[in-house]
Amino acid sequence: MKVFTSRHGRLLFGILILLVMLAIYFSVHPRGVSIRVVESLSNAGASLAFAAVAQTFPVLTGGLDLSIGGMIALTNSLASVVLTGSPLQIAFGFVLVIATGCLCGLVNGTLIVYGRLQPVIATLATGAIFSGLALIVRPRPGGDIPIELGDVFVTSAFDVLPMALVVLAVTCGAVWYPLTRSRLGRGIFAAGSAPEAGRMSGLNVDRSIIAAYVLSGLFASFAGLFLGFQTLAGDATIGVPYTINSIAAVVIGGVALRGGAGHILSAIVGAYTLRSINSILLFSGAPPLAQPFFEGVILVVAVVFASLGLMRQPNRLEALR
Amino acid sequence: MTASLDTTRTPRRIQPHLGAEARPVIIVFGALAAMVLLNLVLFPERMGVDYVMQQLRIAAFLGILSAGAMFVLLTGHIDLSVPWTLTAAAMVGAGVHAAFEGTPMAALAIPAALFTGLLAGLWNGIGVAYLRAPSMVWTMGLNALLLGLAVFYSGGYNPQTAASPLMREMAVARLPGGFPVATAIWIAVSVLAVVILYRTPLGAWIYALGRNERVVYLAGIRNRAVIVFVFVWAGLCSALAGVMLAGFSGQAYQAMGDTYLLPTIAAVVLGGTRVTGGSGRYSGTVGGVLVLVLLGSMLSLVQAPEAFRQIAYGLVILTMLLVAREGRST
Amino acid sequence: MKDMAAVTADRLGLHGVGKSYGATVALTDIDLTLPSGTIHAILGENGAGKSTLVKILSGLVPPDQGEVAIDGVTVGIASAADALRLGVATVFQELSLIPDLSVAENIMMGAAPRNSFGLIDRRGEARQARAWLDRLGLRDIDPAERVLALSLAQRQLLEVAKALATRPKVLILDEATSALGSEQVATLFALLRELRAEGASILFISHRMHEIDQIADACTVLRDGRHVETFAAGSRSHHEICSLLAGRDLAQVFPPKRAGRTGEKVMSVRDLACAPRVRDVTFDLHRGEILGIGGLEGQGQHDLMLALYGVIRRAGGSIALGDGPARIQAPSDAVNAAHRVALLPEDRKVDGLLLSEPVSRNIVLSVMQKLTRFGIRQASVERDLSARMIERLRIKVVEGGEMLVGKLSGGNQQKVLLARLLALEPSILLLVDPTRGIDVGTKQEIYALIRELAEAGASIVFLSSDYEELVGLCDRVLVVYGGEVAAELEGEEITDQRIIQAAMNIGTEGARAS
Repeated sequence: MKVFTSRHGRLLFGILILLVMLAIYFSVHPRGVSIRVVESLSNAGASLAFAAVAQTFPVLTGGLDLSIGGMIALTNSLASVVLTGSPLQIAFGFVLVIATGCLCGLVNGTLIVYGRLQPVIATLATGAIFSGLALIVRPRPGGDIPIELGDVFVTSAFDVLPMALVVLAVTCGAVWYPLTRSRLGRGIFAAGSAPEAGRMSGLNVDRSIIAAYVLSGLFASFAGLFLGFQTLAGDATIGVPYTINSIAAVVIGGVALRGGAGHILSAIVGAYTLRSINSILLFSGAPPLAQPFFEGVILVVAVVFASLGLMRQPNRLEALR
Repeated sequence: MTASLDTTRTPRRIQPHLGAEARPVIIVFGALAAMVLLNLVLFPERMGVDYVMQQLRIAAFLGILSAGAMFVLLTGHIDLSVPWTLTAAAMVGAGVHAAFEGTPMAALAIPAALFTGLLAGLWNGIGVAYLRAPSMVWTMGLNALLLGLAVFYSGGYNPQTAASPLMREMAVARLPGGFPVATAIWIAVSVLAVVILYRTPLGAWIYALGRNERVVYLAGIRNRAVIVFVFVWAGLCSALAGVMLAGFSGQAYQAMGDTYLLPTIAAVVLGGTRVTGGSGRYSGTVGGVLVLVLLGSMLSLVQAPEAFRQIAYGLVILTMLLVAREGRST
Repeated sequence: MKDMAAVTADRLGLHGVGKSYGATVALTDIDLTLPSGTIHAILGENGAGKSTLVKILSGLVPPDQGEVAIDGVTVGIASAADALRLGVATVFQELSLIPDLSVAENIMMGAAPRNSFGLIDRRGEARQARAWLDRLGLRDIDPAERVLALSLAQRQLLEVAKALATRPKVLILDEATSALGSEQVATLFALLRELRAEGASILFISHRMHEIDQIADACTVLRDGRHVETFAAGSRSHHEICSLLAGRDLAQVFPPKRAGRTGEKVMSVRDLACAPRVRDVTFDLHRGEILGIGGLEGQGQHDLMLALYGVIRRAGGSIALGDGPARIQAPSDAVNAAHRVALLPEDRKVDGLLLSEPVSRNIVLSVMQKLTRFGIRQASVERDLSARMIERLRIKVVEGGEMLVGKLSGGNQQKVLLARLLALEPSILLLVDPTRGIDVGTKQEIYALIRELAEAGASIVFLSSDYEELVGLCDRVLVVYGGEVAAELEGEEITDQRIIQAAMNIGTEGARAS
């Protein structure tokens, strides 16, 4: 038990904070605890949750993906164009959007591994390219995503379970479970923890790094799709806040930015924590103009908390990793 | 007896030193030359002293920002608070000017703006050096805080945002002969930067920090003070650029800093500075600034839509970085 | 168990293997054959080529010439994964464990059990890891624990378990016992003998003669990248082996010790305590003396050195320099104190030197601000200092003072580091294992330098895991056990015997209940 808490300490702490936030949220919300309220919060946070999950994989390898906003914009714009027509066309559209996300991720991964570029700068540049492409696909916001399709994802199954959460759980579980039980996944952690040791152990660390960025693209495409279902349209500028917020969510949820350690749940927890804080501020009557300020405060507090552990370290040399 | 290699663990690849540090600088100036040539071919009628001066003036803003960002990147950190430090400083300067207009106290406008930058830098530096907060998220947090403060402040009160006459002079005026004052200020900042980096121990420590902070710490150097310094320097540069930008457009406004973050970092990295720190020449940064400014102007002349501008930006950066990496022995 | 009986070809064969790094020849013309069911020791000084040999066999580096054959079949080992597939497992000196992963995940890295879907069976993994932990005497470790929580000795044993779990035909142990206590070594050797009985061939690389005596069937000596001699274990005396290693008749020469009393106190440590390993340390350091610090691995002596330098926060007690208490909370305080203190860190490549910077930059690093005029660096002054130090310490810089430190040999790198300390003109030098990984010739030079400095009035604290050094060089020796000073030996009292006794906390009147 002790080992479990030490290994997942940050995640558990993040969950605790989330529960506290949720408690406050439901008490502050005018309609209290009800299915519709749960559903609307689930929907409000789902796209950020997907974005945060996307960010998790590159962060685990010790890198960062600053093109997530661009990938979301591109996949969202693309979705608004191809998700119309007959069911067959829509199915094909799905595949196209997801494949695009993965391809973007592949480009990132290849530049970083074979091009030997630093993740921060490589994804900064590709992010600009993806955003530009999004603008070409969707110069002005619009689109024809059928409302029936959108409804599937923003409502609740059996009127109790928000589909957003179901889709999140299924996609994340389907990826995380096999990943943590494969050498590819072990390689992702090794890349962030001790890449040389990973190679000496026979892991193909390069392949794992590329896989991490492809997964990032995959989940970015899910975010883009979900945004499409919510708004029934595409908007090439929609991705802008997601890059920064995905990093904030990941940090708040407890994933270490240095890499090597973290859990996919942390991303989801962090995303919903951020969203509920947003909503709490909205409903509690805080001046709307103060909202961005409080968002900043929360990020600062989260970082301070995460860093406090390092401060208490008696060996000051160890704090300089 | 041949010297035998100590083949026990080497923690990082031995990074190339001066000789290979020059390579990215050569590449960036090569790209610059190519761009100038392209301009001459495509827009011969535009090319003239006036155009060059105009470009140099525009480059000054980005140049000062990049001078600030470079110091931070050299230590292996990053400053993402550039957009709103810039904006906040500009707003403070405009606000102070408006509050004391007509009185001698109005002269405090620019110092107040610079002081804002200093405070921002201190906040960043102390968080990174003492709290050991990761610089990316910590500066991101400050950016959000400043944004929030500005939104709150400008929404609730009616802020005076007009730039002071001095600010306008700094941005728009020309020295006798036509050389822009803004560019002269950039040159002054550059001279200071070069002196600090290459002629003082502080500069050597900045580079050393980027190579290996543990070594610097154990060598008895005040590593934390150096970190605070680079962030303060970046904050001051952001503030200075903010003041000048406000002068250029006549006022301080909310979105003024947003478009500057990516080009600032891109210019530094294009010039050969590694994101991990420890390596990079200032001349490269200057070259990177000029390349990006020229690129931007070319795209404007062609009236390229925003989409193509973004794509061109990204592609140019990637291409140049890949070319700089190719041919390296490691 | 795989059937390894009746194999006629040699298990492992190297024929004419060679490897060069640029102009430097690391290995040349190596011929070596190992039958199955044998333990073969490889001996060599640092730089003799042992680590290159390990890298070639484990797939990290390809040979330039020659061939490697396993069971008579020539193989190309292009990667670590290749090596494992061919049945060659390595226990690396620089451990190959992933700190953020669990013990079980690390141990079973090369041989994780799979379920019917092809995914790793976590429960099976943990179970098998548990079995290996028990076999290696690590009963207290939970397989789900992360490796970064473990001590160096535990990690070394994990590294062994990891290699054994792949059921290798060829097992290579590269300095695998450097952090282990005698009991752990005994357990390990029992396992190795079992493995030998099953037919595996084992390469055992070590500096520790007494261990080689215990375990090896045959020995090979390498020198300067060449094969010098292979002989059956026990057929050469230690003295002969030392000569083979160094290529000359070796007399370990220490400079003569100080006659008479040392000077006044320069440092007084009282009841010092630092979390987690330093409990209660009290001693004095006098002007002109060389104070040795010895003890088994992990007794707190390394933390003690760091605490004296301000790196580790004090939880209790006091440190006084000269006549007054010293407020040393960071190395920058220590280096600027009235009695300047300088530290030579344990790991010169990670903590001591800027490998990608030139020698001159490294030498002046700590004193740059003292060489300026109006804050501006004076290149000529820096160059002079650097040149003087290079000459004084006889640092071999083939390309001159601007040569990158990373290209120097271990001994010369250490000299550069020493030069940096000496540039400070310190009163007190804290040296942590200064001769680790350094050839014999340079070691002698360093001993002479240390005695010279002491004679000129500096005080030196000399931490070493080599008892011979402590006996040969130091005026006084403190032996640390359990975070406290177990014994203080002076002059004639300093012998191998007494140091070992105190280190193991046995047999002396002052022995503590542990």
